Amino acid sequence: MFRLTSVLGALVAGALLSGGAARADGSGSATIDAIKARGQLVCGVGGSVPGFALPDSQGVMRGLDADFCRAVAAATLGDATRVKFVPTTTTNRFTALQSGEVDLLVRTTTWTLGREANLGLLFAGVNYYDGTGFMVKKALGVKSAKELDGATICIQPGTSTELAVGDFFRVNKLKFTPILIADLPELRNAFLSGRCDAYSTDGSQLAGFRATQPNKDDLVLLPETISKEPLGMMVRKGDDKFFDLVRWTHFAELIAEEAGVTSRNIDSFADTKLPELRRLLGLEGDMGKALGVDNRFAYNVVKQVGNAGENWDRSMTALGVPRGINALWNKGGLQYAPPMR
Amino acid sequence: MSATTSDPRRSGPPLSGRAAPRRRIHLSWSDPLLRNIVWQVLIVGVVAGAVWYLAGNTARNLAARHIATGFGFLSHNAGIPIGEHLIDYDPSTSTYGRAILIGVLNTLKVSVAGIVLATILGTLIGVGRLSRNWLVARISGVYVEALRDLPVLLQLLFWYGLLQTLPAPKQSWHLGEAVFLSNRGIKVPLLDWQPAHGWALAAFVLGVFGTLAWRRAAARRQANTGIRPPVWPVALGLLGGVPLLVWAAFGAPFTLDVPVLRGFNFQGGGTISPEYGALLIGLVTYTAAYIAEIVRSGIQAVPAGQSEAAAALGLRPGEALRLVVLPQAMRVIIPPMTSQYLNLTKNSSLAVAVGYQDVVSIGNTTLNQTGQAIEGIALIMAVYLAISLSISLFMNWYNARIALVER
Repeated sequence: MFRLTSVLGALVAGALLSGGAARADGSGSATIDAIKARGQLVCGVGGSVPGFALPDSQGVMRGLDADFCRAVAAATLGDATRVKFVPTTTTNRFTALQSGEVDLLVRTTTWTLGREANLGLLFAGVNYYDGTGFMVKKALGVKSAKELDGATICIQPGTSTELAVGDFFRVNKLKFTPILIADLPELRNAFLSGRCDAYSTDGSQLAGFRATQPNKDDLVLLPETISKEPLGMMVRKGDDKFFDLVRWTHFAELIAEEAGVTSRNIDSFADTKLPELRRLLGLEGDMGKALGVDNRFAYNVVKQVGNAGENWDRSMTALGVPRGINALWNKGGLQYAPPMR
Repeated sequence: MSATTSDPRRSGPPLSGRAAPRRRIHLSWSDPLLRNIVWQVLIVGVVAGAVWYLAGNTARNLAARHIATGFGFLSHNAGIPIGEHLIDYDPSTSTYGRAILIGVLNTLKVSVAGIVLATILGTLIGVGRLSRNWLVARISGVYVEALRDLPVLLQLLFWYGLLQTLPAPKQSWHLGEAVFLSNRGIKVPLLDWQPAHGWALAAFVLGVFGTLAWRRAAARRQANTGIRPPVWPVALGLLGGVPLLVWAAFGAPFTLDVPVLRGFNFQGGGTISPEYGALLIGLVTYTAAYIAEIVRSGIQAVPAGQSEAAAALGLRPGEALRLVVLPQAMRVIIPPMTSQYLNLTKNSSLAVAVGYQDVVSIGNTTLNQTGQAIEGIALIMAVYLAISLSISLFMNWYNARIALVER
């Protein structure tokens, strides 16, 4: 019932909102203008996903997704702290973005054709290349996902995991019983209590979950990765300027890492002669202005939040997740930024 | 106001059978008929305008946001896994339409069972509160106060948590080698269904009608002659004997599909899952607390003189309750009971919290996978409206039927 009302509320709010057409004044982007007028970026995150977005003991949202929200706030407003985090569930996240309740959705959301074609939303980039995995208890004695015939599996509804697990079992001619619970802590309880034999979601979340468990040695990640799950940040269609800004905020983090620029050493590059770096730091060219924000947007992102590698270390290395395919392209990974010029 | 300006509606010959004369509308604000028409047109106009505005705005914004619309998704391949289904479902071939139909059936499965069980439990507790036995009355009172004061969502999570503390399948509690209770639910043996059983069931249903007809005939005979022909031997023969003979005539087949632990879980047999169990127990115990109060107030609304008169006629207390008090109490009980049945049905949408896949759960997943939020919510609302209106219609019919008993 509560979910129904929240969805309905979002719908009514969406219906009452004025259309998304860009106004003539300001940056040329309705979303950027709204963020500047509000003095705050409203960012939809998971809110209970270790490594991506989870409040720490002081109530500050921590994780890769949360830091990306901060980076966009730094790029738009020049201040990484001016973010309002809105926790969303897997089932209400798209409605929250469609209706304008949030400006940006960074919520471990898999980039798929269906979502981009049907939802009126766009993926601006991939901040984590992930894949669906399985976790079981060691006591079960299972070594491979193919041994899970007849198993009961805990999955969050409305996720691409749900479809990936269905496909995997269908292809391998195995049977399973799904237990679908929207609330993540409830779902994990069901797995820990033994209601389910296995818990399936993105490998990164399994690793993060395992790392936060007191009995982590009793939990085993199965070796199979059964799907590609590129997790990205989403914006509404129809505001290309804001889309550009979000995409280049991500690229700026990658370019900074590639050039060895970190939040600590960035000021030592103030008199650099390298053209790419001078453009990154806003010393040369009108890169920021072309995007509708300050020319020093990338400087603010790196200085206040950090480059891609720093963000990874803060959120993922702390949980013991290896970087793997999420490394830069020149270090064997998939993360690659076009030139800033 | 002088006598000459009396209300025109009351003019004309009293007690006449003909229709009231047609009235002319005076174009004056003091004419009540004109005022009524103006107000009603105004209100209908405002409501229609608001609906028009909202619908138009929604359509415009959907277009501006490039969101696809329409119900075409219902015939698309669903792909979403569903744990419990009363009809066949295969994620690789079944459509979203079928998935939602399964959700509707799951909602009905928990609502119908919940209404029946909550009525039984609530009636017992309601009567218990009026008991002269101190202990029974107190326990019933505590039950009502405790269960109706806690939010039903909390109670559902409590029951679900409790059922999860049951042992794993390999250590399950069992009754013989047939019934198993574990954190995977209750596993029971199922009858291996054969045509003989269908015929026996048909004979039983015919027997029920036959018994009812015989009972009515017996009552008529008693009213006419004062002699009541025996009913129970006929009932026993029709309900027990004939179906058994039919079954035996087909060779008396009897095999059970017994659940067996294989791999991770029990295979075969029938299952009551912890999700369904938690939802059913939670809804039944919660709603029963309200029904108990309705039953108690209904019984107390019948004047004490009625039971005293029944006693004076020589009826035993049980007979007095059944024949005199309850029929009168029912008229007070039925209307609020209808509301409770509707509440139970609507509360079943909390299933999503305990992982039972009702129409809201499957509808939410569907609208999330397809992005058709407005269509999905409209479908869910239409389903609840249809179920609730059906319950209302049935209860109103039943209420009208009971009211006719009044003399």
